[in-house]
Amino acid sequence: MASTIRVRAILNGEITEVQTLIQHPMDSGFIKGENGELTPAHFIRELTFEHDGRKVFVADWGTAVSKDPYVKFSFKGGNKGGDLKVSWIDNKGETDATIVKIQ
Amino acid sequence: MVFCFTRSRVYLAVAALATLCATQPAGASDKPDPATDAKAFRNYFVKKFPNVKLEDFVNGPYALDQDMRRQWEEKEQFPPYEFSLEKGKEMFAKPFRNGKRYADCFPDQGIGIRQNYPHFDSNEGKVITLEVALNRCREANGEAPLSYVDDEMAALTAYMAFTSRGKPFDIKVPDDPRALEAYQNGKRYFYTRRGQLNFSCATCHVQNPGERMRAEVLAPALGILNAMPIYRSEWGGMATISRRFTTCNSQIRGVPLDPQDEDYRDLEYFLSYVSNGLPISGPGARP
Repeated sequence: MASTIRVRAILNGEITEVQTLIQHPMDSGFIKGENGELTPAHFIRELTFEHDGRKVFVADWGTAVSKDPYVKFSFKGGNKGGDLKVSWIDNKGETDATIVKIQ
Repeated sequence: MVFCFTRSRVYLAVAALATLCATQPAGASDKPDPATDAKAFRNYFVKKFPNVKLEDFVNGPYALDQDMRRQWEEKEQFPPYEFSLEKGKEMFAKPFRNGKRYADCFPDQGIGIRQNYPHFDSNEGKVITLEVALNRCREANGEAPLSYVDDEMAALTAYMAFTSRGKPFDIKVPDDPRALEAYQNGKRYFYTRRGQLNFSCATCHVQNPGERMRAEVLAPALGILNAMPIYRSEWGGMATISRRFTTCNSQIRGVPLDPQDEDYRDLEYFLSYVSNGLPISGPGARP
């Protein structure tokens, strides 16, 4: 299966701008499905961005974040061609990660 | 009398004019005139929104609201329909169990043809929408049809729209009484009030585009189907034309028809026809 993470990191001066789109249901646990039963909560617990081994952005998430979340932030100290690793882990222990080069 | 004369002369021999005008109220029995309708429809929006470029109407509320437009432009760098588009591309390429593909059911291998749907099938005497054509393709190849309101159908139409981006809608209403009746029926559906709120499609999308309905900005009917299917952030998913129509009907507290009911197909036919010449912009993203 294709990665659940889309990410683009662009260096502009000394600021690296990062945009990410993650495919995840982010079920809150309060929504009933077609059968009338509650869909159990299923959400990303932690989202981490690492640049050359240094954590540049960590998000503790809960059920209030929407489905297929989009994240945009920027940080100083990125270098062109450097690795940016994005990873998430959810409340069921499922996880995904991807690495992109800073453009 | 003058009105009667001008409206009728297109169709009628001069000799027949006097009797027709005398016996029937002006315009009442006029044969449907899609070309004139489309022109009037387009002119109405162009006049109502003199600052909007014609081809920008396909961007719906973003053509009318600068603030929403800025947010959307940013979002388009990383569009929310991207996952669906990728899925659609995979589904489209994957052979059925009999080895055939969707591409085998369509002209030009199904690439860049979205602007020709819906079309009128003169063998069957009915309007064939893209969603119907896709399901027929599945059934002809021994696969179960997809739900018209689910994400899989939207993924397929998203991919087909994507390969057709920029191509102008090119819907034809042949000079066939059945085609004209289908067109007319769609038009009737569009302008008929229904539901507890007593709204027609036109109430929101002709009379009030650009106005707010709660937090939403209503889209103009001109070009509204060019952006389909759309990712609705509010729904957290993709919306086919079928899903859009049925939800519109329930939102005005009416009883929606079955997806791809003949009336909906005719409606799609009418709405697409009056947007002829405007480019396909789907898949779209809407709040």
